Amino acid sequence: MNTIGTPRRRVDARAKVTGQTRFADDLMLPRMLHCKLLRSTVPHARIVRVDATRAQRRPGVHLVLTGDDFPIPYGILPVSQDEHALARGRVRFVGDPVAAVIARDELTAFEALDLIDVEYEPLRTFASPEESLAHDEPRIHDYGDRGNIHKLVSLSFGDVDAAFAASDRVFDDVFFYQGNTHLPIEQHAAVAARDPDGKLTLWSSTQTPHYVHRALARALDIPPAQVRVVATPNGGGFGGKSDPFNHEIVVAKAALVLDRPVKICLTREEVFYCHRGRHPVVMRLRTGVRNDGTITGMHVQTLLDGGAYGSYGVASTFYTGALQTVTYHIPAYAFQGCRVFTNKPPCGPKRGHGTPQTRFGQEIQLDKIAEALKLDPADLRLRIVERPDTLTANYLRVGTIGLAECIRRVTTASDWGTRFRRLPAGRGIGLACSSYLSGAGLPIYWNDMPHSGVQLKLDRSGGVTAFCGATEIGQGSDDVLVGCVAEVLGIDPSDVRAVTGDTDLTPVDLGSYSSRVTLMMGNAAIQAAERARDLLADAVSRKLGVPTDRLVFAGRRVFDTENADAGVAFAEAVQLAEAAFGTIGTVGSYTPPRSAARFKGGGVGPSPTYSYSAAVVEVEIDPATGWIRVPKVWIAHDIGRALNPTLVRGQVEGSVYMAIGEALMEEQTFRRLRPRLSDALVHKFPSMLEYKSPTTLDMPEVWTELVEHPDPNGPFGAKEVGQGPLLPVMPAVANAVYDAIGVRIDEVPITPEKILKALDAKSAGRPARYGPAAFPAIDWPEALQVPPPWEGGDGRAHPSPDRPLASRHVPATEAVRR
Amino acid sequence: MMRLPEFRFVAPRSIEEAVDTLASHPPGEAMIVAGGTDLLPNMKRRQQTPRTLVGLARIAALRAVANGDAATAGVTLGAGLTLTDIVRDRHIAEHYTALWQAASQVATPHLRNMGTLGGNICLDTRCNYYDQNYEWRKAIDFCMKRDDRAVDRGATQVCWVATSSPRCLAVSSTDTAPALMSLGAEVTLASAAGKRRLPLDDLYRNDGIHYLTRRPDELVTEVRLPPRIGWRSTYWKLRRRGSFDFPVLSVAAAVRTGADGAVEDARIVLGAVASRPIVAAAASASLVGGPLDDDAIARAAELAAQPARPMDNTDFTLVWRKRVTRAYVTSALRELRGDRMARAAQVVR
Repeated sequence: MNTIGTPRRRVDARAKVTGQTRFADDLMLPRMLHCKLLRSTVPHARIVRVDATRAQRRPGVHLVLTGDDFPIPYGILPVSQDEHALARGRVRFVGDPVAAVIARDELTAFEALDLIDVEYEPLRTFASPEESLAHDEPRIHDYGDRGNIHKLVSLSFGDVDAAFAASDRVFDDVFFYQGNTHLPIEQHAAVAARDPDGKLTLWSSTQTPHYVHRALARALDIPPAQVRVVATPNGGGFGGKSDPFNHEIVVAKAALVLDRPVKICLTREEVFYCHRGRHPVVMRLRTGVRNDGTITGMHVQTLLDGGAYGSYGVASTFYTGALQTVTYHIPAYAFQGCRVFTNKPPCGPKRGHGTPQTRFGQEIQLDKIAEALKLDPADLRLRIVERPDTLTANYLRVGTIGLAECIRRVTTASDWGTRFRRLPAGRGIGLACSSYLSGAGLPIYWNDMPHSGVQLKLDRSGGVTAFCGATEIGQGSDDVLVGCVAEVLGIDPSDVRAVTGDTDLTPVDLGSYSSRVTLMMGNAAIQAAERARDLLADAVSRKLGVPTDRLVFAGRRVFDTENADAGVAFAEAVQLAEAAFGTIGTVGSYTPPRSAARFKGGGVGPSPTYSYSAAVVEVEIDPATGWIRVPKVWIAHDIGRALNPTLVRGQVEGSVYMAIGEALMEEQTFRRLRPRLSDALVHKFPSMLEYKSPTTLDMPEVWTELVEHPDPNGPFGAKEVGQGPLLPVMPAVANAVYDAIGVRIDEVPITPEKILKALDAKSAGRPARYGPAAFPAIDWPEALQVPPPWEGGDGRAHPSPDRPLASRHVPATEAVRR
Repeated sequence: MMRLPEFRFVAPRSIEEAVDTLASHPPGEAMIVAGGTDLLPNMKRRQQTPRTLVGLARIAALRAVANGDAATAGVTLGAGLTLTDIVRDRHIAEHYTALWQAASQVATPHLRNMGTLGGNICLDTRCNYYDQNYEWRKAIDFCMKRDDRAVDRGATQVCWVATSSPRCLAVSSTDTAPALMSLGAEVTLASAAGKRRLPLDDLYRNDGIHYLTRRPDELVTEVRLPPRIGWRSTYWKLRRRGSFDFPVLSVAAAVRTGADGAVEDARIVLGAVASRPIVAAAASASLVGGPLDDDAIARAAELAAQPARPMDNTDFTLVWRKRVTRAYVTSALRELRGDRMARAAQVVR
């Protein structure tokens, strides 16, 4: 291979480093107007009245929109169509958009916001999941499983109680993972305009143009064929630009009403309100083990603070319990998850989507188990690593597993054997592992169509244009597309132009989420390129009189393997093919393998293949202040095959960076004022100054190694790298803290305050720990029983899932959710 | 993005012209901008909305440095010097180490290139309830430290940090002031009525709103530092990250020791624990007359932490910040004694 596997400068690097990439906010159109949103200043209230008369009269103001202009709800998941572009009758958090002003410039629009009078009638505020569990009324939404519970899940794969009874020890731990946000450098921005032919175009910094396309058509009630969505290059997404957003629908509506282009660029504060970030999760993990470390069974319970809207929340809930089984062999497994609504910005998918929280608990608990059983944590994990080509207890089909190799690489590189539990006081190292999907096996809305499509146009010049709906969010998807095509056709990546993320010009790709693009778009690109290669080979074969199976495509030539001098330039091959077959264009598409899970909820977790990571983190702690420093991180990632190792390493190191932030600093927290004096519930610090995220000076040295065992389902064997390497770092930090000073911090962020409190507890003879005391009481529905494969299960629930469950609450809402 | 409100910009070329401009405006109408790294973000958040800004960048006299003989005359620094100017001055690094360290840890290199010494001394006090944009502050019905628009709306008089507090508890967040105070600095204020010179200590009041004794028509023109032969000084800054952050605790310490190792004079000043820099007088006095041994340092650290009153309006919890005060005073004094100290979360040089 010439292109694949070779570290290359990414195709969009030049534009990015020379400032020529055109982000959404760089777009300037003639006669363009500017939009600002008035956001709720109360956390939960009925809107009594919105009076925009004064704002409308302000010179320079062209239009004021309110909830009355947006009667149709939308939402990313078909089961959670609970958002309106502007609030109708109800606001649900401080920051919820209520009205929009479109004016000649941003300043005029901003100043006109203050002229809109909104009268609110306050409703009870739900600031925490505990409050939402305790009070069913008033309901934040009129749908959901019960009261203010959005989603309740209860799944059981095999008899966990029997597994616990058969074990030597059962470990029972409670952890808390604080919420945090994506913090992309680029704030969301969108420009909408009406084309000369009357159609609507929206340029937006979105990760999911196809879903935005669907949402726009729905919310504005216009035929989808009259709407074009162009995803501009994203200055980072991390999951925060995966939902259709209020501001996109508002500027689209305004552009249609005014017949002028309308732009909005959110402020940093507004990005904190869009959020859709990491759910705060309280979790309880019970794990039965034998004395040799073998796991007999596991029971996971999670409580997610969902914030004010559904977003991806139903999927997030399932994800908190989906991937425990793909790293270590767990013969019996049960999961109960609960997501509640609260009056805070909605949570959703952030890098790792729902899985980092439980992974954090699982990997710390394994560290505790290893210590209790007097096993080395690395040895313990190596004993229980899931076997390749396995169907897990919850029906996830695992193919290749490079996890053991990852563990061996990081423990060797970090000199684990001589340093674990042997470093001087205040210094420690910790290990943790993880896994992540390479693309969700199911689309967000049910359909049988491909998840990714690629079209190729071959030009007589020898140039190739590749069209795909995939979205470049900084991860390098354009480079992967170009690299795959160039490899198959034997040309240079610079010969290929990528046209991506444009619903008018490109075939559908579902979007840059769930680490799906490299695998799905890559496979589609390979198929399209192979079809083009076949056409060219046919034409060249006739010209040279050489059978097609002897032709090689390399170095911009097509030639005979047995006589390299006999051949034609690639451009000539295109010309021969065009003469023979007419204009050369091919298509490729990819649909993931069918899931083995056939129970309700089994749609979350299946993937064509899973990536694996292992990390060792070193920490230094000052016992006087609790101050933590992370000097070094060793990380190994099972990538299957690195298509462009430069990009892969960038993703691994970027993951470590984000992980250090989540482990030590980042928290999306809220301030409630004294209830006697105020109803306010506000984001504590919606700014990049006070929402703490590491600077380059806080970044540890990172040693990265890639484990490459090509996976048959991946393009050239590749797996994902965008999310997985984030996951092991947070628990590895916690485990390193324990190695350093002997206290357990069972939550993130791990701050100096918490370390000192745990040290205080230790010296006072109390448990040397900081973390939640108990998991809240939740009235769970009866579990869906799914016998695991080794008990003769076929992926279906037993008894039949169609039979209503006895203790299921409010079954009527089922109809709403469907 | 967030937009500045409209304002008129005046750029005087001399101190006289500047103070005349200030005198010609009613109080609150005109504000001085000397770098803008503090004021302009505040204006974008509508915390301050002056009709006129008086820019000082064109006044050459404010960027002068008078380096006297360190033994006798000290040094006079123009208030318009940028923090980068201070960081690049070898004389300051050598003789006024605490100031040099403090200046080098303000914000980021870009902000130090713009921010000035005078601006940092006059930095607005900070609070998590106040350093928020207009809509956010509206959501909490504003607070005691508020702008004119909030007053028009009949906003609350409460300090949300401690609702029974009669005064605003916003936090003094200047890095250079504690360092300068530990070094015995004086400032000169100029107005149309003339000049006055006062110890820097006297420029501050422990009130988050009225945190300066400077009148609105006065301009800080220069900072004078006395000779500091025989002194050693240091500045310890607590912040979450290695760059960017305001202090949530700082300790400036300066000590003069005799040939026998006994402390002859000492000045410990705490930053970011009140609405003004706090001189730890009892702690400083406790050091005089004896060597900087572990007992003396422990005693001083305990005494210094007593006046520290961190509140729940900055990063980190107040209990922890109070506790770290002892650790930081200890570390600063040990460093002055000659111990090699590792600094948490700060990068010097």
